[in-house]
Amino acid sequence: MGYPHPPHPKETVVLSQYFGDPEARTYEGWKKRGGYTALEQALSMAPGEIIEIVKESGLRGRGGAGFPTGLKWSFMPKEKTKPHYLCCNADESEPGTFKDREIMRWTPHALIEGCAIAQYAIQAEVTYIYIRGEFTEPLAIMQQALEEAYRHGILGKDAMGKKGLRLDMYIHRGAGAYICGEETALMNSIEGRRGNPRIKPPFPAAYGVFGMPTTINNVETLAAVPHIINRGAAWYKSLSLSSPKSTGTKLFSVCGHVRKPGNYEVTMGFPLGELIYDLCGGMREGRKLKACIPGGSSVPILNREETESCLLDYEGCIEKGTMLGSGGVIVFDDSADMVYQIMRLARFYAHESCAQCTQCREGTAWTVRILQRILAGEGEMKDLDLLLELAEQMTGKTICVLSDSCAAPVVSGIKKFRDEFEAYIKGARRPVTALA
Amino acid sequence: MSAAPEKAAYEPVFTGDRLKELEAIMARYPTKRAALLPALWMVQQARGWISEEAMVEVAEILDLTPAYVKGVVTFYTMYHQHPVGKHFIQVCTTTPCNLCGAEDVLAAFLKHTGCEELGATSPDGKYTVVEVECLGACGFATAVLIGDDFLENVTAEKVPEILKRYQ
Ligand SMILES: Cc1cc2nc3c(=O)[nH]c(=O)nc-3n(C[C@H](O)[C@H](O)[C@H](O)COP(=O)(O)O)c2cc1C
Ligand code: FES
Repeated sequence: MGYPHPPHPKETVVLSQYFGDPEARTYEGWKKRGGYTALEQALSMAPGEIIEIVKESGLRGRGGAGFPTGLKWSFMPKEKTKPHYLCCNADESEPGTFKDREIMRWTPHALIEGCAIAQYAIQAEVTYIYIRGEFTEPLAIMQQALEEAYRHGILGKDAMGKKGLRLDMYIHRGAGAYICGEETALMNSIEGRRGNPRIKPPFPAAYGVFGMPTTINNVETLAAVPHIINRGAAWYKSLSLSSPKSTGTKLFSVCGHVRKPGNYEVTMGFPLGELIYDLCGGMREGRKLKACIPGGSSVPILNREETESCLLDYEGCIEKGTMLGSGGVIVFDDSADMVYQIMRLARFYAHESCAQCTQCREGTAWTVRILQRILAGEGEMKDLDLLLELAEQMTGKTICVLSDSCAAPVVSGIKKFRDEFEAYIKGARRPVTALA
Repeated sequence: MSAAPEKAAYEPVFTGDRLKELEAIMARYPTKRAALLPALWMVQQARGWISEEAMVEVAEILDLTPAYVKGVVTFYTMYHQHPVGKHFIQVCTTTPCNLCGAEDVLAAFLKHTGCEELGATSPDGKYTVVEVECLGACGFATAVLIGDDFLENVTAEKVPEILKRYQ
């Protein structure tokens, strides 16, 4: 089932099969649809075997960085000397991204099952599911599903009827901070601290939440795991249209100027142009595609030609000078004011900076100020060089990549839409003063 | 110096069932500190906002200093450090919603609630309107959160009708 549109024949529906089907939300409904069989099977294997299957499948993290999931799990200590933890990243705050929300709203038990399998594989006693505070509905649905899972013995003491196996899973509600999606900030937030990212190393597998070995994965990553266990690594690996290094299906959240925004699930390597023109119904009447950000707001902007020839996998996006990121596709038609929208993105990062690092705190704020000056018709040509220089100072120099993320749309925007910036500077465009 | 007017005595949030609930939450974590975000949510649910006195109370229960608690409260934008209107309206204006008319939606909320500016409460105490960054529902622009109700596909035209439900 598609959501909020019926599935398109070009989609490969795996994770989104039950989107829009409220019965799949309940424990009984989930069992009827084959739920918890993968967990049953996983518990009959040794943890190491599960890690090998996930490695073999080629699954890579869907939270943004695309790190191989099986490999990440294998970093956890084999000999257990202290508690291990699993964190599920459901902070989903990257502008353009709204897929984890649908997974939690429609198939909460799929996420619980994926977490339980991962938890067993890395020998963790507890999973914390960190859900952003604004997601009131997914929070309530996940809470209810967890209660059901405990009630039916999926979780808790002697989980799944296995003597001595204890699986605990708790929701930790965020409270409004994009930065808490960064993995070490998320761990600090669980610990009851300000959400400041930590310097790495040490990496979470050695020193994670509460200083203990921890694995952190995105919602979509974990929700894919039961399918891999059920249908095998070879099946998952076979889902690949272009680069063999990108396997499986991926949910793309499409928003902005398309006729049918929403979540679409396609095989890795699917053409971005087809996603926009066929699945999403293309542009609105009389409008033309101008630009696209394919992987959430933190990745470089593509122009029309690049968008129409981009393949949606990790390698295909890199080839076009951008990244697959979280799969949040933001589409701009020819009515969009790129200068204004880039300023608005920069303002997002300035607002969300945790302010630990000077380059980020000052850099994001200055980027906004200069862009607003240009928009107000008070800019000069040398401001564009200043923005680029600033962007360079903001890239690769901070504890986390939030400041790099602010620089990415600015640099690519100036490179690809320079005429729009110059139009404001030369007075060829009517100045705009931004809100706030 | 004249004596300061008598302040109403602070009534603790964590007594009876609420204290039990907090204790159950504390058992989910290996440290007391980790229960801080959930405890602050409970305060806000009970009182609508988080006062200095409440911060002191939470600090005492979790063995933290009030200054530490305040440091955390101020980091997270969803915790209110001041009372807000009965209906707290958060309008997303980040790029994806912005492309679809979010600023018009924001202006319509300001106009129809009688709030004079962003963050200010309407004279009747009913509404506070703020701008918020991406709510994670960008394909359903404009996304708006009113209290705990998540609204999708809001347009400026729909605003008066929506407000009738929040009186
Ligand atoms: C500023 C920032 C924000 C992030 N936000 C999120 C997020 O909301 N959700 C998410 O899954 N990952 C987010 N990430 C990526 C996480 O740090 C981490 O890589 C990811 O959760 C790992 O899971 P995966 O390997 O399954 O992708 C963010 C990273 C940064 C630097
Ligand atoms: S931009 Fe408005 S919900 Fe994401």
